[in-house]
Amino acid sequence: MIVTRTFLGTPSFPVAAKAALADSQLRSNMRNATHTIRDKRARVIGELDDFEELRQGAADIKDDVMSNLGRYLEQAEEALTRAGATVHWARDAAEANQIVVDIARRHQVDEVVKVKSMATQEIELNVALEAAGIAAWETDLAELIVQLGDDLPSHILVPAIHRNRSEVREIFLREMGKVGMPAEAGLSDDPAELAGAARRHLREKFMRARVAVSGANFIVADTGTLVVVESEGNGRMCLTLPEVLISVVGIEKVVPTWTDLEVFLQLLPRSATGERMNPYTSTWTGVTPGDGPQEVHVVLIDNGRTKVLADEVGRQALRCIRCSACMNVCPVYERTGGHAYGSVYPGPIGAILTPMLRGVGVDEATDALPFASSLCGACYDVCPVAINIPEVLVHLRGKVVDSHRGGVPGALQAAMTGASWTLTRGSRLALAQRLAGLSGRVLGRRGLIGRLPAPLSRWTDARDLPAPPRESFRGWWSRTDGGRDQHGSPPTTPGSEGDRR
Amino acid sequence: MKVGLFVTCLNDTMFPQTGQAVVRLLRRLGVDVDFPSAQTCCGQMHVNSGYVPEAIPLVRTFVDAFAGYDAVVAPSGSCAASVRHQHQIVARRSGDPALVAGVEALTPRVYELSEFLVDVLGVVDVGAYFPHRVTLHPTCHSSRLLAVGDRPERLLRAVRGITMVDLPEADECCGFGGTFALKNPDVSVAMGADKARHVRESGAEVLVAGDNSCLMHIKGLLTRQRAGVRVMHLAEILAAQEAAA
Repeated sequence: MIVTRTFLGTPSFPVAAKAALADSQLRSNMRNATHTIRDKRARVIGELDDFEELRQGAADIKDDVMSNLGRYLEQAEEALTRAGATVHWARDAAEANQIVVDIARRHQVDEVVKVKSMATQEIELNVALEAAGIAAWETDLAELIVQLGDDLPSHILVPAIHRNRSEVREIFLREMGKVGMPAEAGLSDDPAELAGAARRHLREKFMRARVAVSGANFIVADTGTLVVVESEGNGRMCLTLPEVLISVVGIEKVVPTWTDLEVFLQLLPRSATGERMNPYTSTWTGVTPGDGPQEVHVVLIDNGRTKVLADEVGRQALRCIRCSACMNVCPVYERTGGHAYGSVYPGPIGAILTPMLRGVGVDEATDALPFASSLCGACYDVCPVAINIPEVLVHLRGKVVDSHRGGVPGALQAAMTGASWTLTRGSRLALAQRLAGLSGRVLGRRGLIGRLPAPLSRWTDARDLPAPPRESFRGWWSRTDGGRDQHGSPPTTPGSEGDRR
Repeated sequence: MKVGLFVTCLNDTMFPQTGQAVVRLLRRLGVDVDFPSAQTCCGQMHVNSGYVPEAIPLVRTFVDAFAGYDAVVAPSGSCAASVRHQHQIVARRSGDPALVAGVEALTPRVYELSEFLVDVLGVVDVGAYFPHRVTLHPTCHSSRLLAVGDRPERLLRAVRGITMVDLPEADECCGFGGTFALKNPDVSVAMGADKARHVRESGAEVLVAGDNSCLMHIKGLLTRQRAGVRVMHLAEILAAQEAAA
């Protein structure tokens, strides 16, 4: 039996990131992987002459769904029920987990096979199943690597992105035999051989399992059709072979019609894996007698989503189709990897979605996430549903700061208040500049400051800082009448023009 | 046309030579630029750090200082982007309809330097001379928030004597990010170290950008490495002439 690890107890981002940055193997694995997917995505998106229209269309469809969520969900429930599925509603993770455990127990199984699903990771379903004595076998190759390696996912699409193939080989050789068919002793790190070992290991489980658990990428409201988009065929095995299928789906996954679905099926594979068309797209509508699972359950979960919906700036995050393009281009994510975010949703989308699902002002690690970005905007550029992630990051920073107002002001709060006072009048700024000019003469040698005490050591530990010049721009302007008075003595600044930054 | 220079608080305090270069450059192009001394700061640092209410008086000061100008030019893509994308958010937060109206009227007249030169003045060749090997860091806020496109590149290519060399992975963030540099110093430095490496790989003598904030960060790393690469603001190269170069 495998015991699933969780993100509980991950230190806050700056601390976790520091440790990750020191791991040279991680750095090189992440750099290679993100650049490969990033380049592939850019190539195939570049082939579309209507990408901007498509992504705006996708955003509009999702916004319509969010504005009329209740109506679309009821429509989906009605269609699903008509097609023979059982619809369950879960307010939070505990309710959703209980529903799945109860169904599995009713069928007296001690194992389920799983299609890769972010919703079930979010609610930590595997932990709940294990507690009930039910093994949850992940069947996606990368999820299998994470599960066998007693590891945590670091990417929503490629959860083992932080591992390279020789590490994968070691995990397979060491772990597969403990939970099923072992890997062959002579296994090499050739990707095809590794995939073959996974296929043999998983086949045994596919053939045996009576209950499968999946998520869904989309629910088509008017027909009650669930859609799973995957690349390995493991999903289709899980969705067709077992007798019972339980799908755990976030309430924001609904799209109105198949015509709307078509927009997303163009955008998702290109944005996610850089493929023009998705390899395995499975769709099913309730129960088909004599074909596939004869008992179909759909568990619709809120788990914080209505809270996100109530935030008028943040609600655009509910458009997310979990493609991961934002993490693949993020310069922060590329360097830290996903674990530092302490959440099943890492990277730029995780930095906005996780704090909104959990709520800000509660714990330090969650509050650190909106600040885990340089606001470079690369994520917004690639997002296929046009989520303005930098805008939401800044909005959430405000919420974090507001949630801590009223107590004893911290150093940053005091600095911001002081800066606000200084920067309200040009005359106050001029005074501050004269003081800075004096301090620069004390601190700076050859125009550079090498070491400052905390918290400014956070700058000077690794970077030089220019010493403030003796004369500010406004000082020069008023002394020389904007440079028109050629008789004014030239300002004496340390260093020459173009040599001070 | 009455043109106001929004020099930005960082340039005003730390990099006066950039503001002086803008003044020289614009006068040479026939623009009698003015510096209203009531100006201070765009408020971006406050907004991006989550202190929106504290930015309200700054935005008010900005609007009051520049309301009487036909055009405002800023030698900073980041500060110009803050005016364009954040001032209305701050104004709405203030609940003051006069400030909302003031921002709405002023914002379309605020330009980043390369936008002002190319779009408003309609010049690409500004008559500069700079006989050095130069590489351009496009900066995230100029390229992604303002979409200045190839304007800085076109202005630089028209400079006499200049040799432009490509910066590998130029569009990647340098890692400065305002208070990000202090809140997440390790990630910031990791990003900056890669940027500095690419600058060295480019073989340039001079790194140029439209934002001194990014340059301050990158230069801070380059000088620690004794890399021997100078950094200059775009305005300083465009202001340079034969006699001075």
